[in-house]
Amino acid sequence: MADPAVEDSPHIVIENLCFRRGRKMIFDDLSMRIPRGQVTTVMGPSGSGKTTLLRLVGGQLRPDKGRIWVDGQEVARLSTRRLYALRKRMGMLFQSGALLTDLSVFENVAFPLREHTDLPEDVLHALVLLKLEAVGLRAARDLDPATLSGGMARRVALARAIALDPDLILYDEPFTGLDPITMGQIVSLIRRTNQSLGLTSVLVSHDVTEAMAISDQVVLIADGRVVDAGPPDELEARASDWSAQFLQGRPDGPVPFHYPGASYRDDLLGQGERRDD
Amino acid sequence: MTDSIAALGRTTINALTVFGRAFIFLIRMLASLDIVFRRFGLTLVQVYSVGVRSLLIIVVSGLFVGMVLAYQGYITLVNFGAAEALGGVVALSLVRELGPVVTALLFAGRAGSALTAELGLMKTTEQLSAMEMMAVNPYRRIFAPRFVAGFLSMPLLAAIFSAVGVMGGYLVGVGLLGVDSGAYFSQMQSVTDWNEDVLSGVIKSIVFGFVVTWIAVFQGFNAQPTSEGISRATTQTVVVSSLAVLGLDFILTGLMFGAG
Repeated sequence: MADPAVEDSPHIVIENLCFRRGRKMIFDDLSMRIPRGQVTTVMGPSGSGKTTLLRLVGGQLRPDKGRIWVDGQEVARLSTRRLYALRKRMGMLFQSGALLTDLSVFENVAFPLREHTDLPEDVLHALVLLKLEAVGLRAARDLDPATLSGGMARRVALARAIALDPDLILYDEPFTGLDPITMGQIVSLIRRTNQSLGLTSVLVSHDVTEAMAISDQVVLIADGRVVDAGPPDELEARASDWSAQFLQGRPDGPVPFHYPGASYRDDLLGQGERRDD
Repeated sequence: MTDSIAALGRTTINALTVFGRAFIFLIRMLASLDIVFRRFGLTLVQVYSVGVRSLLIIVVSGLFVGMVLAYQGYITLVNFGAAEALGGVVALSLVRELGPVVTALLFAGRAGSALTAELGLMKTTEQLSAMEMMAVNPYRRIFAPRFVAGFLSMPLLAAIFSAVGVMGGYLVGVGLLGVDSGAYFSQMQSVTDWNEDVLSGVIKSIVFGFVVTWIAVFQGFNAQPTSEGISRATTQTVVVSSLAVLGLDFILTGLMFGAG
């Protein structure tokens, strides 16, 4: 029987996370909790470290400071064996799909099953078809990944990510670069997968409309910190200046249109003076 | 002045860092070798890809090198009335030196660059990352089988190179220049020593196989995930492993034959 304490606890807890790449600070004292069984979207401008956040949660990167717990386990402190055991319960959908190019669609979905289970071939075959049917690509099982469109590749990657029935799935920019029909298919798949499998979904995205429509919780990050967080409707109602600019896509506001620097007038005059020299 | 000293220091530190990373990479790969015994099929696929697919270039090159050796050897030997010694000259040159060295250089160009490009592209398209997130260790699943395949294929390719070279020498020496067929092979048999010549060639090709495949796989793993990065890594594989083969050949030859 499920432990109610575990059921109510957040799936992912991030506390005082600091992470830098070279001299650039990506996260500066970032904290957030991601509830179990819901769809949570982390939104922020390009370059705000959304993908880096997923890699930190997946244990591919280690925080400089602060801690990240997934399912009660502190990711950075796990031994390789326990980290891999945790990853078996975690699916990740990469922006590009990241399908293995030397394997067919069928073998891509079968890959985690072949690596981690000893299922008889007929059971494995049935399971893979089940996963492919769920994303609508059962008939595409013999295709080569190179021949798939971006949207199809992402759907195959989703089938692969759910092959081991994970309880957490991480989506890296799932809506980027898709036509409206494919976008609709991916949106409905994410929602349906979340409901039917009862898993926790974490998306990073900057596609406001889709993310707001699909999410139970939204976390806005900028400059390495959480700017605002809450259910989408609440967030829209009480949006700060920055959040309003981001959510409504206004070109100028707290985030200026112009890259910060000397004033236009000074620059023009300064240029004139140098030419006289 | 200070700038150039600083630049020299920076270059040295960078080179040492890369060497350190390559060494850690090698240790991790060697620690994952159990996969080769548990799932030999993974290695076998790679033996086909790096070994069997290199056969054509190895066979053609071996044939021509053997034929040229026979021509050159004959021109010199016939002046001393020793044209019958041609078989020995061709076989010794091939087994001791040209077999292992030319095979390693061709292998670096054909299979090494392909390995680097493949792994670099897998890194760029996040396939290695995806594998890690599926709890599959790329050192076991990807790097170790490729490394062992290269390491196994090289001595076999070098042996084929030398054998085809001997046949090339026979075609020119016996077929074209009129050396006696029996003398060609009997000379070869009498001057070629198993331990000193054949085994030393095999040891060389094992060492070259180890180094070339290590460099190729590491360069792929270490490539910058951009198209320019892959192109640079592929070039590095060919340049660095060719230089390593030539340098190591000098050292190994010194060690094997220098004392005698």
